[in-house]
Amino acid sequence: MSLLEVQNVSKFFGGLAALTDISFVCNKGEILGIIGPNGAGKTTLFNVINGFYGPSKGDVLFNGEKISNLKPHKVCARGIARTFQVVRPLQRMTVLDNVIASAFMRAGTKAKASEVATEVLQFTGLSGDKTLISKGLPLGKRKRLEIARAMATRPELLLLDESFAGLNPTEINEQIEIVRKIRDKGITILIIEHHMKVIMSISDRIVVLNYGKQIAQGTPAEIRGNPVVVEAYLGEERGA
Amino acid sequence: MKKLLLGLLFLFLAVLPFLGLSSYIMHILILVIMWSVIGMAWNVLGGYTGQVSFGHAAFFGVGAYTAGILYHHLGMSAWWGIPICVVVLTAVSLVVGYICLRLRGAYFALATLALGEVCRVAAENMVWFTQGNLGILIKERTWVGKTWYYYVILLIAAGSYLLIKKVMESKLGYYFVAIREDQDAAESLGINTTFYKTISLCISGVLTGIAGAFYMNYMGYIDPGVVFSLSDISILTVMVVMVGGVATYSGPTVGALIMVFLAEIVRSAPKIGAAHQTIFGVLLILIIIFLPNGVVGDYRKLFKIFKRKRARA
Repeated sequence: MSLLEVQNVSKFFGGLAALTDISFVCNKGEILGIIGPNGAGKTTLFNVINGFYGPSKGDVLFNGEKISNLKPHKVCARGIARTFQVVRPLQRMTVLDNVIASAFMRAGTKAKASEVATEVLQFTGLSGDKTLISKGLPLGKRKRLEIARAMATRPELLLLDESFAGLNPTEINEQIEIVRKIRDKGITILIIEHHMKVIMSISDRIVVLNYGKQIAQGTPAEIRGNPVVVEAYLGEERGA
Repeated sequence: MKKLLLGLLFLFLAVLPFLGLSSYIMHILILVIMWSVIGMAWNVLGGYTGQVSFGHAAFFGVGAYTAGILYHHLGMSAWWGIPICVVVLTAVSLVVGYICLRLRGAYFALATLALGEVCRVAAENMVWFTQGNLGILIKERTWVGKTWYYYVILLIAAGSYLLIKKVMESKLGYYFVAIREDQDAAESLGINTTFYKTISLCISGVLTGIAGAFYMNYMGYIDPGVVFSLSDISILTVMVVMVGGVATYSGPTVGALIMVFLAEIVRSAPKIGAAHQTIFGVLLILIIIFLPNGVVGDYRKLFKIFKRKRARA
């Protein structure tokens, strides 16, 4: 069953076409990877799904209902949470408070919100850091905090924007574990990633963008063998 | 422990008038407490929610004029201004919020700056309603002495403090701070930022207005140049909070204490008295450089500076 449907979405900024006619479906329970060179429009796509931008053409459907042109907080209330490529923790708040702030959306009381927050921090392995001010966290943990915050809103669909970029191999493995655990909870994941090994190993299917156009979609094996993708993006990396 | 300390402080303030202080000292104390109310109110919007306003004179003045106009046109006691300005200022805040809160950062600050000036010019020109530059005078003061005024403003201050503390520990508080730290991230985490910014503005505006209504009752005279003043109200409000400590509970009170006393000292000093705004300006620059979190936020740094001095001596 399809959870998210992107139908012929285009987004123009003045004369610049950031996205042209993108269509794909994200099924319940799967991990769908989105790859493409820098400037391909991946983050713009997230911004359209998440409600920061309205699409210039086309529609985004979530659970069969149109969500394009809803404000981001309404989209979040429907069950879509996101992380940011450039991590944006609420800097001068503690890690716990960061997560409590987003847990409030579903939790009525503060007691309930901190209960949810504690549980999410446990889940993402940040329990030990909950009293720290988030500004001082190392990048790896800040990326995890982004995920924790998004998880605290109890999403059905999680949009991960480069959650692996800039991490060292150990941190990457921890992060992969967390992403898999999230999927095991039944949460569908849409993930933008440049790290090929990661995306090939965790995605069920992959959509490839280039210059705002969708040039391929399919399973990791199909993508790896697709000559158009190899030319546009994978290039030499295929042999490596 | 903290609660006990706070209770003791309140008790101390409550018995102060029995110490037989001179009426001048009482006047200063009343001003300090009034300014701490205004500072606390500003802090909700500017400190916790991160929407810096340079136009709180607008709210202060509207509160003062609410009381004044009730007295002048309807012959009611100006004390009615305090409850009634809650309604008036909620309405004003909603309108202001609807227009200004779509702006961010410096643009919001500029819009509020203009707002304060617009209010002043409007009050100067709507002579039929506000008496213009003639001002509004309350002919019969409620109390001759200062003691009761002191208690009224002390109660308002205690009430504001408790209200703000309650708000900041609830969902609202978390949302306000989330908006301050990153509005886009807050929005994507399901926080309706426009709505919560408006609520913050309403709380801030209403509390400032109450202080304004008190001012009308206490001073017995207002005119547009005084209550809508850019430098003496709007900027001083920002100063009080900056000096005391932005986004701290006690910052505004500490700031009010410092600023009111400083203003009195500087103004009464020979020759340099007329330059008090210049001196405030220099002070603000020094605070931004050395104590960016204010006296309360950076008190450890302050201790260090003193210690270093002593070591050198």
